[in-house]
Amino acid sequence: MFRNQYDTDVTTWSPAGRLFQVEYAMEAVKQGSAAIGLRSKTHVVLACVNKANSELSSHQKKIFKVDDHIGVAIAGLTADGRVLSRYMRSECINYSFTYESPLPVGRLVVQLADKAQVCTQRSWKRPFGVGLLVGGLDESGAHLYYNCPSGNYFEYQAFAIGSRSQAAKTYLERKFESFMGSSRDDLIKDALFAIKETLQGEKLKSSICTVAVLGVGEPFHILDQETVQQLINEHEIVEEEAPAEQEAAAAADQDAPPADEAPPADQGAAPMDI
Amino acid sequence: MTKQHANWSPYDNNGGTCVAIAGADYCVIAADTRMSTGYNILTRDYSKICKLADKCLMASSGFQADVRALQKQLSARHLIYQHQHNKQMSCPAMAQLLSNTLYYKRFFPYYAFNVLGGLDTEGKGCVYTYDAVGSYERVGYSAQGSGATLITPFLDNQLKSPSPLLLPAKDAVTPLTEDEAVDLVKVVFASATERDIYTVSSCVYRVL
Repeated sequence: MFRNQYDTDVTTWSPAGRLFQVEYAMEAVKQGSAAIGLRSKTHVVLACVNKANSELSSHQKKIFKVDDHIGVAIAGLTADGRVLSRYMRSECINYSFTYESPLPVGRLVVQLADKAQVCTQRSWKRPFGVGLLVGGLDESGAHLYYNCPSGNYFEYQAFAIGSRSQAAKTYLERKFESFMGSSRDDLIKDALFAIKETLQGEKLKSSICTVAVLGVGEPFHILDQETVQQLINEHEIVEEEAPAEQEAAAAADQDAPPADEAPPADQGAAPMDI
Repeated sequence: MTKQHANWSPYDNNGGTCVAIAGADYCVIAADTRMSTGYNILTRDYSKICKLADKCLMASSGFQADVRALQKQLSARHLIYQHQHNKQMSCPAMAQLLSNTLYYKRFFPYYAFNVLGGLDTEGKGCVYTYDAVGSYERVGYSAQGSGATLITPFLDNQLKSPSPLLLPAKDAVTPLTEDEAVDLVKVVFASATERDIYTVSSCVYRVL
């Protein structure tokens, strides 16, 4: 990690052809609390872990409504995320005003990526320290994109960013093939499970996570705490008894937990069975 | 040398009439559906009412291109408000916004004669009436547009509104029930249609 020589500003290349400031910005994303997104043909679900600094303070807002058909979950420097959300909202409103139709998601992410790229090529700026999971619905269906501080963006079936996101990614990698055809409720269930993965042992409660849904006939909205808690309760019970529903989606006899094992430990063991 | 006058005007009057009546817990907003230019009819089926917020509707007569632009402006501003405050704009707030938006174009006005109707923060009916540059007032009822001069005296008579000069200020809200107010509006349009060529009896009305 001795790259101090070439990392003073973003406009300096390293001999290996890297821009260290940009890479450091991506580190900031990895340090933020987890955010995950998954999509089916008709719906997108965004979920994130909401950790408050202390019991006295309120949670950091990490999921933003950009428009009825687009939402974004962020990880990293949430202040940067807030500013970018404001930009996205403004772009959507302006496009709607001019064209009387919703801004296609693909266009928005390109604009966002270009905005991020500018900050990687100006000596008086710094890259945005936030990764954005942009979920949206347009004429070509539901989409999920990930926007990097580097100015790159990729489309995903499902993705997780932030701290301990690898655990969630592993879970999603197992299940993603079934997502395209998933129902809205299954998608939410999978999102909750993925979030649980990132908690690594901590109990999943609605007070530490936020879930948002959008889809065909359903404008973007954040699910309220009671609904989320209900869903958590439903699926926690289901998970302990009989993972028959899970097996329908995942490979057979992969997760067959004994009924008395604590759910978190079980989920941790399952991936290693492969 | 006499002053040369423009041989072209950026404005046109598409006619029509708008009415709003405020009740104790409701508000009726109505507008006729004819859009005309000169002595011709452009369409018989055009709504001059726009829902700006949950509890706030605007009816505007005048130059419909300006009206449409105004409606879009206000809707966009409302979206921004919702993003920032996480709630819908109240009718009084929208009333102020409309006034400011109109005055912003004081030197090239929106040729729009507006009537804003809705429920205020207490759930009581409210009607705000405007001129083209944003001067506004909260009233119990109002009519704007080509038939306004025919309708307003009739409403004055029927709704017996207290004079705004009275002290202590009397509540301008009408004691009529919602159904009675809707019937009154229908009757009012029927009468205006008799004598105003720009107004038809077909009207769209919304009740909040």
